[in-house]
Amino acid sequence: MNKIVSKEYLSPNVVKFEVEAPLIAKARKAGHFVMVRVGEKGERIPLTIADASIEKGTITLIVQKVGFSTIKFCNLEVGDIITDLVGPLGKPTHIEKFGTVLCACGGVGTAPMLPIVEAMKKAGNRVVTVLAARTKELIMLENEIRKFSDDTIIMTDDGSYGNKGLVTAGIEMVIKREKVDHCVTIGPAIMMKFVSELTKKYDIPTIASLNTIMIDGTGMCGSCRVTVGGKTRFVCVEGPEFDAHQVDFDEMLIRLNAYKDFEQEKLKKIFL
Amino acid sequence: MDKYSEERTQSWRVELRNSMKPKDRMEIPRVIMPELNPEYRCHTMKEEVNLGLTPQMAMTEAKRCLDCAKPTCIEGCPVNIDIPTFIKNIERGNFLEATKTLKKSSMLPAVCGRVCPQEKQCEAQCIYLKTKKAAVAIGYLERFAADYERESGNISVPEKSSANHIKVAVVGSGPAGLSFAGDMAKMGYEVVVFEALHEIGGVLKYGIPEFRLPNSVVDVEVQNLKTLGVQFVTNCIVGKTLTLKDLENEGYKGLFIGSGAGLPRFMNIKGENLVGVMSANEYLTRVNLMDAANPDADTPVLKGKKVAVIGGGNTAMDAVRTAKRLGAETAMIVYRRTEQEMPARIEEVKHAKEEGVKFMILRSPKEYLGDEKGRVTHMLLQVMELGEPDDSGRRSPVPMPGKTELIEVDEVIVSIGVSPNPLIPQSVKGLEVTKWGTLAVNNETMQTTIPNIVAGGDIIRGGATVILAMGDGRRAAKGMDEWLKNQQ
Repeated sequence: MNKIVSKEYLSPNVVKFEVEAPLIAKARKAGHFVMVRVGEKGERIPLTIADASIEKGTITLIVQKVGFSTIKFCNLEVGDIITDLVGPLGKPTHIEKFGTVLCACGGVGTAPMLPIVEAMKKAGNRVVTVLAARTKELIMLENEIRKFSDDTIIMTDDGSYGNKGLVTAGIEMVIKREKVDHCVTIGPAIMMKFVSELTKKYDIPTIASLNTIMIDGTGMCGSCRVTVGGKTRFVCVEGPEFDAHQVDFDEMLIRLNAYKDFEQEKLKKIFL
Repeated sequence: MDKYSEERTQSWRVELRNSMKPKDRMEIPRVIMPELNPEYRCHTMKEEVNLGLTPQMAMTEAKRCLDCAKPTCIEGCPVNIDIPTFIKNIERGNFLEATKTLKKSSMLPAVCGRVCPQEKQCEAQCIYLKTKKAAVAIGYLERFAADYERESGNISVPEKSSANHIKVAVVGSGPAGLSFAGDMAKMGYEVVVFEALHEIGGVLKYGIPEFRLPNSVVDVEVQNLKTLGVQFVTNCIVGKTLTLKDLENEGYKGLFIGSGAGLPRFMNIKGENLVGVMSANEYLTRVNLMDAANPDADTPVLKGKKVAVIGGGNTAMDAVRTAKRLGAETAMIVYRRTEQEMPARIEEVKHAKEEGVKFMILRSPKEYLGDEKGRVTHMLLQVMELGEPDDSGRRSPVPMPGKTELIEVDEVIVSIGVSPNPLIPQSVKGLEVTKWGTLAVNNETMQTTIPNIVAGGDIIRGGATVILAMGDGRRAAKGMDEWLKNQQ
């Protein structure tokens, strides 16, 4: 019944949940997501599956408090039931032996990156992961990432941990020292945009995992649409991963903010 | 003698038929459906526009039916309801018996009585039309009987064959799936319906607005299926959460796919991904399924002041009337042909007009323009004229060179159709898919290319009506029952 069995704060705004979902745990692959809804008046939002245990019958969801519904989710406690949880959705990550794979993730994007890092390693790739965040306390899952990465480079904007600089500085460091065959990037849209611009310059095939607004998540509403290579594509059923070099990130950024005013009104109501 | 003629020769029926001359019956004018005042109703989200007939009105309208020896209306009904029998029961005041008759053929009479395009089906075959008179109001009477039973609390459960302990699964709880589930349960099968969303009812819940079909009406019909023994599982996607293999391992012998509509169609014109441009599916799902117009709901919806809805179907009418109710000052339909060619029901067009919807016919969007924030501000319309008839027999719209119009809008709802849901064709191997993305089926048995999988509704039609989906469900139930029996 989608009961929360564990809850752990990875940083003040990022919470890791283990949720009972035996069927999804069995069916999910790296790159899949679920749709969740909290409360009878709740909104349906997509969350990428960070990990799963078939034995325990649980999936791991890592949630960052970015808006009304994610805050509501993060307020759930162990023993609470998630009103609705459905999945696994989307197409799984394309995993094969590419050679050297560069995984570039920022902030909460590290969570969905973890199963990809693991799968890429198990497919026989050399995996180099660039883990970036604004500051030290926002770096998450470092040990888990290190476990499956041949090399892990930490980047912080303020230099409080690892190297000082943006994710792109870390990527450039890797590209300059070794041949990279394939890149995967997950993080805020603006970050993925800059990663994509950089790897395009070096002609490295790059996949970005997009987290757009969705309602049903099953290919019905079309609110998740993005322009990829000049064509409208649907993230929920054709994605969430696309050729980053073809994605119109500027359009995606605008569409992500479509309901920002509403969101702020809603938050004011709650906290004032 | 077939079952319809048998019913017709019952003594009460013969007596009733002879109690009034056909000529006198034909003098009675067709009943007018009482409606909420347009001024009032376009400010209320959930109140139903059609109020339903009173018992007196229904009994009088029932008198109009001549109880024909060859009732062509039955042929016009996709689920072949015994129409004269239910109407004559209304005439004699036996309303509950009328509903029982309906339920023998349709699991959702209260739904069909509201949303079926009767004027193109049963009523289109009515003998009255041959004498240039208005058809018997079969749809209104169907709704009356179903509502009467529901409100009486005296809800009948259809007869059921003894349990055969054969398990069948249903994908999707929309009209196709519900109709299949009902028929299979009546035949004694153990039926489990898997629904991807968190609510049961499919398009009846996420698509059709409450002012046309209240959720409570759908819920009661679903409850009737539960009473019949049908089980429902929400938040479960066959092909994703459970594979076909999983279902086989759990002992399911057959599967019905009624997974419905999928990706909304867009026109692939400039500016279509601007903020404020969305599909009718998105708009209606926000408002209907997620209750976004309710201030307590977490899901937002854009409440535009100048709203254009692109398309001329029932979904377009639902969207534009919803926009009006959400406070649009201007709500307009933009349609590339004329009103005559509109696929929407006449009643929907009439209601929309009464509510102040503006109809911009012979116009087709060419481009959308936005502001610096990426929000839609204008639409550029191409003016059209009607040319030669196309494959559908309708005169096709042709652009008039150089004639365009720039119109201010802050919300555009694209309602030009959907393609079938891609999830099942994507995840179940061995199903043949047509070039339109629909599942290929045998038209009689509704069997797909995998013999124990049948399908119906939008997944095979690509966008149809509730009643056609229900008809598919019925045929599929018959097809699967025969197939399963042959396997034993």
